[in-house]
Amino acid sequence: MSLERPEPSTHDQVGVTERGLDYEAIDDLLGDLVIGRESHLNAEGFVVRPERVAEALDRLKQQAGFDHLSCVTAQEYDDRFESIYHLKKYADPTQEVSVVVPTSHDDPHSQSGNAVFRTADWHEREAYDLMGITYDDHPDLRRILLPETWQGHPMRKDYDKEQPQVVTFREHANPLQEDHRAGGGEGDTMFVNIGPHHPATHGVLHLKTVLDGETVADVEPDIGYLHRCEEQMCQQGTYRHQIMPYPDRWDYISAGILNEWAYARTAEDLADIEVPEYAQIIRTMSAEMCRIASHMLAVGTFALDVYGDFTAIFMYSTRDREIVQNLLEDLTGQRLMFNYLRLGGVAWDLPEPREEYFEKVRDFLDDLPAKLEEYHDLITGNEIFQLRCVNTGVLDPEMAKSYGTTGPVARGSGIDYDLRRDDPYGYYPELDWDVITEDGCDNYSRVLVRMKEVEESAKIIEQCVDLLEDWPEEEREIQANVPRTLKPDNDTEVYRAVEGAKGELGIYIRADGTDKPARFKIRSPCYSNLQALPEMSNGEYIPDMIASLGSLDIVLGEVDR
Amino acid sequence: MSSDKQIQSTQEARMGEGVDSRFNSKLREAFGSSPFILTKFDKFMNWVRGSSMFMLQFGIACCSIEMMHTYAVKHDLDRFGAGVPRASPRQADVIIVPGTIVSKFAPRMKRVYDQMPEPKFVVGMGSCTISGGPFHEGYNVIKGAEEVIPVDIHVPGCPPRPEALVYGVAKLQERIANGESSPVTVKPYELEQFGDLEGDELVRHLADQIDEEDLVMRYNWAESP
Repeated sequence: MSLERPEPSTHDQVGVTERGLDYEAIDDLLGDLVIGRESHLNAEGFVVRPERVAEALDRLKQQAGFDHLSCVTAQEYDDRFESIYHLKKYADPTQEVSVVVPTSHDDPHSQSGNAVFRTADWHEREAYDLMGITYDDHPDLRRILLPETWQGHPMRKDYDKEQPQVVTFREHANPLQEDHRAGGGEGDTMFVNIGPHHPATHGVLHLKTVLDGETVADVEPDIGYLHRCEEQMCQQGTYRHQIMPYPDRWDYISAGILNEWAYARTAEDLADIEVPEYAQIIRTMSAEMCRIASHMLAVGTFALDVYGDFTAIFMYSTRDREIVQNLLEDLTGQRLMFNYLRLGGVAWDLPEPREEYFEKVRDFLDDLPAKLEEYHDLITGNEIFQLRCVNTGVLDPEMAKSYGTTGPVARGSGIDYDLRRDDPYGYYPELDWDVITEDGCDNYSRVLVRMKEVEESAKIIEQCVDLLEDWPEEEREIQANVPRTLKPDNDTEVYRAVEGAKGELGIYIRADGTDKPARFKIRSPCYSNLQALPEMSNGEYIPDMIASLGSLDIVLGEVDR
Repeated sequence: MSSDKQIQSTQEARMGEGVDSRFNSKLREAFGSSPFILTKFDKFMNWVRGSSMFMLQFGIACCSIEMMHTYAVKHDLDRFGAGVPRASPRQADVIIVPGTIVSKFAPRMKRVYDQMPEPKFVVGMGSCTISGGPFHEGYNVIKGAEEVIPVDIHVPGCPPRPEALVYGVAKLQERIANGESSPVTVKPYELEQFGDLEGDELVRHLADQIDEEDLVMRYNWAESP
């Protein structure tokens, strides 16, 4: 079957056995760094000494092959603060390990993991910003989401929400002023603010750009203009119903069901809920519709960025998105914020009359190849477009891994990593489809990956429709039996991820025995992907930087959360 | 009397051969024989303003996706004379605020609004611009756009459908045409210079970090609605 991996390549790494990971071998590898063990639902956790974090991460990366730092979670207990480094392997994401770093409550500080994983930079800054943990040896420990003058760390228990805040608004630097940031005082550079209100930044992103002539000498993404406290909101809600509406609003480009699935998967693992097969197929189908809608917008806005106006491609992609949105509206009742998944299933069955709905879906799928052909004629076959995109914004696989990129960005750099196949969930393992990778590592490859993934999604939807059509009427079970109030056991911890539209969308939940999560951490793919932007655009022309940003396809709602 | 000429009306005589038929229009028919209309200049200006509005291309959050759909094919806001998104605030008449406003963004949005030439109008799109919407309790979320800039029309929804936004814009046009929505000059929330703030504990604490001349926005969460 096409879902088989070419070859498993993790055999010679420490702790890999036929039956899965041997955590004792990893324990031996870490040796005296370990001061305790924890058991999370997804992986074993090793409590390591706070002053030797980098060493532990380095050993795990070099000798045990954990080359993907997917997330850093910071949380507060009554007596201590804790950072958890969730490690995985790109080659096999089911092999996971958590590195737990406890720090004292009065003076929380631990060593930074930035020397081993580049992506730790931003993740630790976020932990510092929201939780107030200091990371020693961190190159640039500043606030990242909140304004620099913010008082207090809002995810702490003792944070006073009522206290007044002062936020500065400095005059923008004058572009005509002399500026010598690059080149050690000798260079003749110019500082340009791109954003936070700018048509090419896909929302409210601020890029502090230093230009040397027309090339980008340095670019620093400044985020946090849409930090709307999603984690706090989820921690205030009850598992059963109150959290599900929020995932829709993380990646809001019609990717709602993909996000909802991330929460559904995590909470279902946490509370041990089985989802009926029929519901899994509906989830798979609707999620892939979301992926098509999301990739359509990505392609449309990329063309908007590269061609610079509301041209035909943008209108075409909007037209096709409208069709998908209509299908989703028929199914869920909403155009954008679906709130359709429930823990243990979906909200309701397919719309009646079912034949009519299936016919609509099939019509869409039948028209799709011709439309994609049109896109390829307009975009990827266009010589000017190729000039703009081939060999610009190059992100080589090693860097991509170090920054923890996932999704189409990683697959455009030749990294064969797709959680739908590698960490199977839903109905994906039963279906016949392919993971798309491109080896170009450039803007062109990333666009190509998205366009080809639309075809794969269409394949998946078609198979789901076939299955749903033949499903016996009496076995259409859309919802498992889930208790009215969910109270997972105290101190259960789980990190689970799904393949969202932009990459690995993960959620960490720690339960404390009540009906609300004690810690709810979102691992956003865009957050890690955006971090790679300077890597892709330093030394390139400024229009290529805009193209690189477009090809990363970030959603600020998910970056800032 | 020997004349081939038919008796013609004064108007016909005055108009000579008559204007080229290509200039005939519904409007001309409606005006009847007289190509003139009498109106108040204000009324005329309001009608013009409402009939040709330049929107600011301004995306914040989820609602901006629906806003894009409103501009694009199918819903096509341009049909109502209000669908040319301008990238620069200096060319725009209307700002649609499509999304949640957080503490860091509010002064920037205020700045964008200030850069728009008068008369300017604001459409608040979505629940977040009304009260903070689903994020109302967030530590970082401004409880509605009206904390920062004056809003003419609120379109509720999370997000509102494109039809709802079209309706909101049409209502705004109607109000402008009727002269109900006067050019707004009220600015409820000013950016202040840091030096002008009351020297309370917080301000003293930040005194060495912030230049006196820096513009700042002060949030008093306890008193915000």
